[in-house]
Amino acid sequence: MTTRPASVPLASRLGYRINPVGLVAFSVILFWAVVALFADSLAPHPVGEIIDNDFFGPMRAGLWLGSDYLGRDMLSRILLGARYTVGISLAAVTIACFSGVVLGMTAAVVGGTLDTVMSRLFDALNSIPSKLFGLMVVAAVGSSIPVLILTLSVIYTPGAFRFSRALAVNIDTMDFMMVARIRGERLPYLIGAEILPNIVGPVLADLGLRFVFIVLLLSGLSFLGLGVQPPYADWGALVRENIGGLAFAAPAVIVPSIAIATLTISINLLIDNLPQKVRDRSVSP
Amino acid sequence: MSPIVQIRDLKVEARTDSGRRVAIIKGVSLDVAEGEVMAFIGESGSGKTTVAMTLLGYARPGCWIAGGEVRVDGVDMAALPEKERARIRGTKVAYVPQSAAAAFNPAIPIMEQVIEVTRIHRLMPPEEARRKAVELFRALSLPDPDHIGDRYPHQVSGGQLQRLAAAMALIGDPKVVVFDEPTTALDVTTQVEVLRAFKTVTRKHRIACVYVSHDLAVVAQIADRITVLKGGEIQECGTTTDILERPQHPYTRQLLDAFRPAPHARAVLTDDAPLLHVNGLSVGYGPPGANGKPLVLAVESVSLTVRQGTNVGIIGESGSGKSTLARAIAGILPACGGDILFDGRELWDSARKRSRDQLRQLQIVFQHADTALNPAKSIEQILGRPLTFYHGLRGKARDARIDSLLDMVHLPRALRHRRPGELSGGQKQRVNVARALAAEPKLILCDEITSALDTVVAAAVVDLLKELQRELGLSYVFISHDLSVIEAICDEIIVMHRGRMVEAITPSARQQPKHPYTRLLFSSVPKLDPTWLDGLDPQSERMQAASGG
Repeated sequence: MTTRPASVPLASRLGYRINPVGLVAFSVILFWAVVALFADSLAPHPVGEIIDNDFFGPMRAGLWLGSDYLGRDMLSRILLGARYTVGISLAAVTIACFSGVVLGMTAAVVGGTLDTVMSRLFDALNSIPSKLFGLMVVAAVGSSIPVLILTLSVIYTPGAFRFSRALAVNIDTMDFMMVARIRGERLPYLIGAEILPNIVGPVLADLGLRFVFIVLLLSGLSFLGLGVQPPYADWGALVRENIGGLAFAAPAVIVPSIAIATLTISINLLIDNLPQKVRDRSVSP
Repeated sequence: MSPIVQIRDLKVEARTDSGRRVAIIKGVSLDVAEGEVMAFIGESGSGKTTVAMTLLGYARPGCWIAGGEVRVDGVDMAALPEKERARIRGTKVAYVPQSAAAAFNPAIPIMEQVIEVTRIHRLMPPEEARRKAVELFRALSLPDPDHIGDRYPHQVSGGQLQRLAAAMALIGDPKVVVFDEPTTALDVTTQVEVLRAFKTVTRKHRIACVYVSHDLAVVAQIADRITVLKGGEIQECGTTTDILERPQHPYTRQLLDAFRPAPHARAVLTDDAPLLHVNGLSVGYGPPGANGKPLVLAVESVSLTVRQGTNVGIIGESGSGKSTLARAIAGILPACGGDILFDGRELWDSARKRSRDQLRQLQIVFQHADTALNPAKSIEQILGRPLTFYHGLRGKARDARIDSLLDMVHLPRALRHRRPGELSGGQKQRVNVARALAAEPKLILCDEITSALDTVVAAAVVDLLKELQRELGLSYVFISHDLSVIEAICDEIIVMHRGRMVEAITPSARQQPKHPYTRLLFSSVPKLDPTWLDGLDPQSERMQAASGG
């Protein structure tokens, strides 16, 4: 390592170094969040209205993203679909990661029988194929948004549990955990103040990955007709209902796929490129 | 004949994460002749390892050689392309790392790793390399030289592994070997054996050595010349006797002074009830067997008494059970026999059952400040937590107390916003002590708190502890394998060996230890006298003491 780095990264005046990739990813996520919030006023047409005589129409003025298999406006359907895809996935990933990480850290810190029981329980849950589990739940209680959110979080909690437990077990062996224990600290402080700050980076990366899995599973469930029910549709459902347009090279198939891709990739890019605190502060004020 | 290593006006720079360039080495020039042992000595951060590594043409990631030349056997390592350097590494220049345990791949037998250099550089056929390795093992006085190579790294001891790492470096017949603090991680009795082996082999093959260390006494045994570094510059360079007897530079004098600590003024023994009384304590690991005792007993019926305002030192090599004893007293590891009386009341064996006040009065400071301080929290949060937890301090009152704690351990107040990773080893250990002080304890268990620090910093930490004792009337139980540190602070010394208390002595009586193990331990502490190592008789009493226990 004797070659000099080519460019000098500029330390921000804020004391944080912001990566351009992270900035771009953040803008994309912000864009979809705004769309999800204001879809009602942004969409040019109501979600179920048939406005095109042709089906699988091409992109043209007034129908910027073409029309779907019934001649409905694709742009409106995607804008309104953002609400379901972003909303359901975000709610599910939050519940899954929160409960998984808290239980994982608890298992690592408490150890013993509790750890064994929880680990085996989640292993058992993990062994059920996720689509089959979703199918079963939807068949038993019917499809509604709360049911979807809960089902998706239950499916992804064991993974978050395993992941955070593995990280927390390593932290738990450090001397500062011993110091905190013989100070007399209780469980909430041990997991919240001593362990969490040390594993928050990998946990966030895991959250991004899990978000992507949930978007894809939701899309998959919708593809099977078990997700959001018509006339509303999330992006996965949009791909499924327009799959017949593949033969016609219709934009109705590719556009929702691109929407899924931009969101999931951006989330991961953002988490990998979060602003970093500049540790060398002797030059910054 | 020209010297084999010529360093001229060497400069190394690094770049911080805000893009600022920092000079680490600011123009170092020196020579090492063939067969000469040159020692680099200095505190951590002085640049001694950085200079030594440039001999291999290597600078750590984020650093680069910014100027000057490093000629090894006539070739300028600084100017060569990486591919050419790789060809020289292992054949002309070799490296022995600080921690051999971390340098060996645990999944590959030792022999394969030792002869790897000959395979990479196609020096000789594998059978010949194996024969040569066995010869080296023998020369380094390793046990069972014919078969030790078949073992895996975890199957040999730390001292043996360090000698095997030297064999790995020597197999390519290098002309220069860089030793990077190779004995720092070893305890004194092992260190003597390893040093002796290094000295014999390098002298026999007339290999020039660069020996990086912060331990002046070790360096005195092995080096022909000593270079003292501080802040990336050479402070002083001279022959070993010159440096030891006529040090010129203030920093060199400081180093020498740190090696001769002021003897501890014995506390006046009062007849007060003892603060801590440990009676027949046994601690072990593993599930209880048929007799109700654990599978492995690490401490067997040890008794000790600490009076208010006095210090007890516990000394012994690694594995002697001294840390286990401290952990049992602190309630981390439940004892399986005996009892602990603290301040007149019996303590529960597990910290969970002790009252908050008992926990507060008995604090423990761990060896590795790196792992004892949460790297994700600021110094302020680390020191503030015990204040809030034990004394209910918040807001301004807490801030003021944190400031006074930082003053107490002689740290600048501005450090409170930093994280442990941004502090030096000595500063971290001071924070570690300050956290224990925040609880306002009566007794502090110090578990090897100076062994990870260099001599000067360790002496400063010991001075700090003494000062705090005078001001606050604390007592310490001081655990160490370093006799000079123990002598500097303790009123009574307990020698432990294989889980048992071998002898209890006072520092003034240390010249007449009775037990053979105590004699071995005391005679193994390196002296500043350069002839000390050669004067030690390797066979007679030392060996018998080691095997007889």
